[in-house]
This record gives sequence, C-alpha cells and structure tokens, in this order.
Amino acid sequence: MEADRLTGAAAEIRKLTIRAMAAAGYGHIGGSMSVCEVLAVLYGAVMRIDPARPDWEERDRLVLSKGHCGPALYAALAHYGYFDPALLLTLNANGTLLPSHCDRLKTPGVDLSTGSLGQGVSLGLGAALGCRMKGLSSRAYVIVGDGELQEGQVWEGVQFAAHRNLDNFTLVVDANKRQLDGYVEDICRGFDLERKFGAFGLAALEADGQDCGSILEALTKAKECGRPAAVILDTEKGQGCCFAETVPFNHYMNISSEMAEEACREIDRKLAEVRR
Amino acid sequence: MSALRYEQDTIEMRARYCDALVEAARENPRVVAMDVDTSASMGTAPFYAAYPERAINCGIMEANAVGVAAGLSSVGYVPFLHAFGAFASRRAYDQAFLSCAYQNLNVKIIGMDAGVTATVNGGTHMPLEDMGVMRCIPGMTVVEPADGAMLPYLVRHMAQTYGCFYLRFGRKKLMRVYGDGEDFTLGRAIKLRDGRDAAIVACGILVHESLVAAELLRQEGIEVAVLDMHTVKPVDADAIEAAARLCGAIVTAENHNVIGGLGSAVAEVLGERRPVPLERVGVKESFGEIGTQDYLMKKFGLTAGDIAQAVKRAVRRRN
Repeated sequence: MEADRLTGAAAEIRKLTIRAMAAAGYGHIGGSMSVCEVLAVLYGAVMRIDPARPDWEERDRLVLSKGHCGPALYAALAHYGYFDPALLLTLNANGTLLPSHCDRLKTPGVDLSTGSLGQGVSLGLGAALGCRMKGLSSRAYVIVGDGELQEGQVWEGVQFAAHRNLDNFTLVVDANKRQLDGYVEDICRGFDLERKFGAFGLAALEADGQDCGSILEALTKAKECGRPAAVILDTEKGQGCCFAETVPFNHYMNISSEMAEEACREIDRKLAEVRR
Repeated sequence: MSALRYEQDTIEMRARYCDALVEAARENPRVVAMDVDTSASMGTAPFYAAYPERAINCGIMEANAVGVAAGLSSVGYVPFLHAFGAFASRRAYDQAFLSCAYQNLNVKIIGMDAGVTATVNGGTHMPLEDMGVMRCIPGMTVVEPADGAMLPYLVRHMAQTYGCFYLRFGRKKLMRVYGDGEDFTLGRAIKLRDGRDAAIVACGILVHESLVAAELLRQEGIEVAVLDMHTVKPVDADAIEAAARLCGAIVTAENHNVIGGLGSAVAEVLGERRPVPLERVGVKESFGEIGTQDYLMKKFGLTAGDIAQAVKRAVRRRN
C-alpha cells in the first residue's frame, strides 16, 4: 500500500542522507532526520513533479526554508531520480553541487536557495502567488522548523498568505522540539502552534511526522481545503538515526563511516520489522 | 549633451516614475508593482488602476515583500518593489542579499526619498547609507537619476535588463538637467560640461548642484568638468580614469554618506588606476535629521557652494 511504499522511501532517503554526511565527516543530522518522512511523502506522492525536467513550469515547488537540512533534500532528489545518488558523496566538498545549505543555482531540483531562516516562507509565497497569477495549478510547499518560527518574517508571510487566500500554499512545520542551542521550550517557546496558525487565518492541521500515512493524509487535506494551510508535524530531532536520536544536542554532529553503517543497518532492521 | 539647466521640473519624480512603470508593464506582461503600504507616498495608484492583477500591496512587511518579490521572479515575473529607502535597504538587506541577488533572481528594489529628500520624515527615514550597503551585494546594480528626464529611461532599462537593481530617488520635483527624450546608457557616465582644472563626479540631486558650482567657479577662472555618474555600480571606471588624467583633481558629490557610496566608488577607482587629489562632498559621520531640503543641504555641506569649496581644495592639493 501507499504508506508502506513511502515508509520504504523514507528509509532510503534517511540512509542516503546519513551516508552523504559520513562522506563529509559531519552534518546537520538532527533536523535532516526529522524531515525524511515528509520529503518521501511530498516527492513520492503529493507533489506534481518530473525529475527529468526540474525546470518544468507546471511543477509544484518545494522550498526547504530550514536550509541547513539540504542533505536530506538532496537524498530525496537523488532517490526520486533528479540526479545520480553517487553525487551525494560530494556533499560539502570543494566545488560541490551539493552545499550544506540549498542552492538553486547548483543542484538540479532545488527550486529556491535558502539558509537564512524565515526567508523560505516568503520565497514560497511569491512562487505560489506567481503560479496563481499565471493561471498555473502548481502548488508551493515550504518546510520550516519549529525553532525557525521564532523568525518574525515567518509571521509576516503567514499573514500575507491568509489575506490573499493563497490556497496553493502549504507550510509544513517540522516540529522537532529542538534548535541549535537546545530545546525550543527552554530557549523561546512557540506556545500552541495550531491555535497560532489558526488565528493567523490558515487551516491548521496536525500529523505524526514519523508516520508517512499520517503525513500523507494531512497534506492531502491541506491541498483540498481551499485555504492556505499549515501542517504541523510532530517529529523528533534525529528521528530514525540510532546515533543521533539518543543525543540531546544533535543539531550538528561529526559522523564516521562506522556510525553511518551501524545506523543504516538499524534502519534496515526496523523497516523489516515493520513489514513483518 | 544638451542641458536645460536651472529649471524646475513641472512634474513630480514619482509621477514620472509611475508613468514609466505603467509603460514598462504595457511592454512586458510580467512586470509587477509591489508596495509595502507605500502606494500613496510613492504615487503608484495609476499602476494599480491600469494593471490591478499585477499590483501587490503587501502591507507593512519589507522583509516578506522582498522575499515574495524574489519568489515571483522565480516563476518569471519582474517585480518592482517600492519602499522608503531607509527600510528598502537597511530593513530588508538580508532578503535583498540572499532571497534576490544570491540566487540570481530578477528583482528591482526602489528606495524612495533618497538622502535629504526625506526632509520632514527626519533621521529615521533618511537613507544615507543605502547605496553603500547595496553596492556590497554581488550583481546588484545601483542607480540614481539626476532628474525626471533620466528616470523613465532607467525604469525602462531596469525592466529590460535581467538582474537585481537598487534605484533611489526623491519623490518630488527636481531641477531639470536633461531634455526630454535624451538617451542614456547604463554604466556610462555623462559628461555634462568640459573643464581642465578639476572634474566633479556627481549623482542624483547633486548633479544639478555641481552644475551650479561649475558656474560659480567659472566666475573665479576655474573650469571644471561635470560628470553624471547615474550608475553608481558598476561605476564607469574608464570615465573616472580619463577625468583624472585630463584634470588631475577629482571631487565627488552625493546625497549620501561619503562612506560606501559614490565617493568610495570613485576613490577605489582612483586608488587602483590613477591616484590624484580627491575631495568627497557628502554626509560625513552623521545621521539624518528633520528639516527642509535647503536646511539639510546646508547643514550637511551638500550645496553648490560646498562643492565649489571642495574643488578649490582639490585644485590646491594638485598644484
């Protein structure tokens, strides 16, 4: 079934991400792990795309506003056929096409460049508005972190989306509870996200961000609700990666090939368990 | 270049701007006008009436507006975003940098009320560093017209030239320097007057002041060349070098801080290519303040008399 296929894809994206980071020796592992499932669902079931034509005008757009998690996006793009997965092993290397933070001028399939938190929301809104003005039925998806919601620009953008009823815009919140310096609750907490987005005029939906079926259901509702939507994903920073999920500060870690291979074996083992 | 000097324009700059933008929108169906609650100040209502489907008033949110402009550009639109110059530059700088120029998009940012033309809005609204910060962004073209004849030309070329631009000007009536229908080339300085004793390189409202200064100096037997450097970036280095070779002394004049803007750009060229005595007329280590334009120009040393004094200092240093 669909969710099972997507769960398998998420596992592949997770392994590709971990191995790419191990090739570099380090990476923003925590936040990359928490978006593997949603990337698998977006590229595998929700978005209208053609990996052979990354510049296809009628495609849906994705903006990974939490741009430091580029490696997970690159793994998803490679998995779904935008480029050879072997390229993933050049992550962050001198002259690479795969820099830590997303760069639309370098990587096939990256729609917009990000790296300064909050800015991806506005970029996605502009793309959504432009598609609507052109009469295209394309949608724009923007993935933000829950720490990133501390940036004021996010809320400027959300208000803009609601006022213009940009129903082809979906904001995906990777609510992994943590940011660089620790827990969002301790640093500057976001309070009730569902009520906040609702109060700003968006359709606010919640989903289990570790469950592809739950994510698919919420993204489908978001697409069909006739309003701009925020889909809040309950995730864990580092999820699904055994060496990261047990570490409280896993925003950025040094990663050896031994760690990576052990994590990949564990991912395969868990996937087999789920499928049994 | 013929010169209709010393006459005030009959039309406000913002009206000339909006006419030019409507014309650009007629020629190119992808041209979009954007405001941040600045439509009334900027006088863009005629665009909203002519092309309501391509007019976007975002509300008071410069950061989001610049990002939305970048997103629109990513699907093929050519947004012209209007804001108070102070906020178009300072407040949304990271967005201009990263959401626009860094990813090679096609966004035109217009900062109104350049320098002392912000007059009674005072220091908070007086952009004296906008050209400086924008000049630091790779690929960003920085332009300031001398008058209302040049402005429509710049707008047309901004619409036709792919890439990020920062355009600054004062919204009210300016003195006329050029005749209607004259031609300009981006990146090419215009020599408005010949002279061998010194050359004044100016932009914006100080082009006219420089022409007045040149007349004052002629009465004292000093003949100065005047160059309109409407494209502050990329600056016309060849024209600066040629003026330095011919005159041996240069004065810059800008309605801006002397750090980062035209004075800096000219100093960089002279330092690298042909060092000669240089005097910079502009605001020096001050914030803006409230007042009439005449008062502020005197206060900050931007008048024709100040420029003439700077020329004399430069000539003395050369001799």
